[in-house]
Amino acid sequence: MATLQLHNITKRFGDTEVIKGINLEVNDREFVVFVGPSGCGKSTLMRMIAGLESATDGDILINGQRINDVGPADRGLAMVFQSYALYPHMTVEGNMGFSMRLAGVPKEERRAKVLEAAKILQLEPLLDRKPKALSGGQRQRVAIGRAIVRNPSIFLFDEPLSNLDAALRVQMRIELARLHDELDATMIYVTHDQIEAMTMADKIVVLHDGVVEQVGSPMALYHHPCNRFVAGFIGSPKMNFLPVTLTGVAPGGVGVRLPGGGERSIPVDGTHLEESATLELGVRPEHLVLDEQGPLSGEIKVLERLGGQTSLYVQMNDELITIMADGDVAYRVNDTVHFGFAPERAHLFGADGLALPSLQQHPLAGLTRHDNRGPGAPSEEPA
Amino acid sequence: MTILRSATTAPRSVTGLRSAQSKRAMITVLGWSVALVIFFPIFWMILTGFKTESAAIADPTLIFSPTLESYQAVQARSGYTRFALNSVAVAFGSTFFALLLAIPAAYSMAFLPTKRTKGTLLWMLSTKMLPPVGVLVPIYLIFRDVGLLDTRTGLIIIYTLMNLPIVVWMLYTFFKDMPKDILEAGRMDGASTFQEVFFLLLPLTLPGIASTGLLSIILSWNEAFWSLNLTSSKAAPLTAYIASFSSPEGLFWAKLSAASTMAIAPILILGWMTQKQMVRGLTFGAVK
Ligand SMILES: Nc1ncnc2c1ncn2[C@@H]1O[C@H](COP(=O)(O)OP(=O)(O)OP(=O)(O)O)[C@@H](O)[C@H]1O
Ligand SMILES: [Mg+2]
Repeated sequence: MATLQLHNITKRFGDTEVIKGINLEVNDREFVVFVGPSGCGKSTLMRMIAGLESATDGDILINGQRINDVGPADRGLAMVFQSYALYPHMTVEGNMGFSMRLAGVPKEERRAKVLEAAKILQLEPLLDRKPKALSGGQRQRVAIGRAIVRNPSIFLFDEPLSNLDAALRVQMRIELARLHDELDATMIYVTHDQIEAMTMADKIVVLHDGVVEQVGSPMALYHHPCNRFVAGFIGSPKMNFLPVTLTGVAPGGVGVRLPGGGERSIPVDGTHLEESATLELGVRPEHLVLDEQGPLSGEIKVLERLGGQTSLYVQMNDELITIMADGDVAYRVNDTVHFGFAPERAHLFGADGLALPSLQQHPLAGLTRHDNRGPGAPSEEPA
Repeated sequence: MTILRSATTAPRSVTGLRSAQSKRAMITVLGWSVALVIFFPIFWMILTGFKTESAAIADPTLIFSPTLESYQAVQARSGYTRFALNSVAVAFGSTFFALLLAIPAAYSMAFLPTKRTKGTLLWMLSTKMLPPVGVLVPIYLIFRDVGLLDTRTGLIIIYTLMNLPIVVWMLYTFFKDMPKDILEAGRMDGASTFQEVFFLLLPLTLPGIASTGLLSIILSWNEAFWSLNLTSSKAAPLTAYIASFSSPEGLFWAKLSAASTMAIAPILILGWMTQKQMVRGLTFGAVK
């Protein structure tokens, strides 16, 4: 049982404010992922939660208790470091049992607990090895094992997979998700890997320059980004942005004129728009469809065939537009293509970068990872 | 394509190899030369110790009939053991206390630095630039007043203070190389600061600490200025023992050399046995 709350957390290093007032609520047994560009303060925020860094201002609450002044070991948290930070002079068993050794737990009990964690992580044959005799993936599992034996109420992971190769990362990702289900613990996970964030999170927190840009389920962030930054950051390849001019606001949507001259009505709420507002249209590459009658057109500059899909990079005025098309489209470089999009797939951003709210909620926007399981699986949603 | 490339690059790589080899040979020769120049006085001293007094002052030669005469004379005259024990006590004692004080100091500087840490370090080292004779009189007077003259305790205190800046500085550089994550992981695992140092920092920086300790022992062992001025008989270490052969009856080179050889022999042997450790420690930051 563990919930975490951050109230107006700030952090200053000298004169530079790195975290600028963050409010966040983490529910029991939730898998929360912090994403954001490098240097936005993800690690700093996590280290403050862990107690390795003090908060300049604000309150950190675990289960409703303010723990700003509680030492890192007494917060009931365990952290897995990006560098693994294993103790190089101790065996795997020594590493995993170190916290218990410090706490004065008798040897047999220690061993039993280490074995239990080792079983979950398939580390049993490696217990007598030193970290330098392990592969990257094995070290990673030892680091996780060291966290598990402490039986923490909240796990903290700071980019735990970034030192692994792609194949191992996929495997560990699945393993971590399984672990989350098995341990029933609250987990907070830092990454700048899109796929990790989208696949593992119940809730994604997008950070940028020390502030929270948006909090929501992966599908909510994907379908309803609240501003241009989140729209560009979530989703790969990146969302395309086109300058458009406002033609009119109706109850059913906002009318805009596209760069090629065509007009579309986008189903978003434009009631607060001024007449002269400059707007930007955002459409994801996978939502642009090749269509001879489409309102947009341009010349193909680069064409990347991935087999199942083809990425087209199309020059349109000053913009290079990315289109994810079918694997076997017959176009070549320098061909001119026409394309369009479904209005409900498009986003509109004002001059302030904020998205105009959609009129229809996407049906999957509330979905979390746990909802992906079939009806046979036990429900673990917090009440 | 590949054949072509390997055909053209092969000769170049051979010449590259050759120039690398000659470069390495030159460095080896240079290294040996420097080592020999440094070692020569010690070698000559050892040699002179096996000569007769008259051979010692005759024209320098490598060919002579070795004799243990001087060693016997040196042994007969005064208790080498007493001086040696003083040296051991003072060198190890001062090193122990220097490490005891320097480890916490270096820890705080390496892991909890402030704006003034660099300045403090430089200031500490700058005290080594002061000629010791500048503070001889005050220290002598203080020692006399508190009764520390000619005591091992007095020498240990002086040597501890003398070596402290260098010991702190060296430990600081070793500690700085220690990944901070590991200590933080320890803190998450519930280690107190003391446990963090004892279970993680010390074992992981042991090579550095060992070489620092060795350096401190060597510096203390060879120190002559303070030992000659602050001790006379009871607490006199081997440096004073050597000096005692140069004064009353004039200079006796062979005996002086024999005494010196005996004085430096223990530390030379210690250094020899631990040279791997020393080199590893002294280059710890560079090669890791
Ligand atoms: N001890 C420190 N002193 C001064 N500035 C710091 C310190 N630690 C971090 N910062 C600064 O705080 C900002 C956020 O750093 P942080 O490590 O939290 O970023 P991050 O989001 O984890 O980035 P990355 O994805 O690269 O790990 C950076 O600009 C960094 O330079
Ligand atoms: Mg980081």
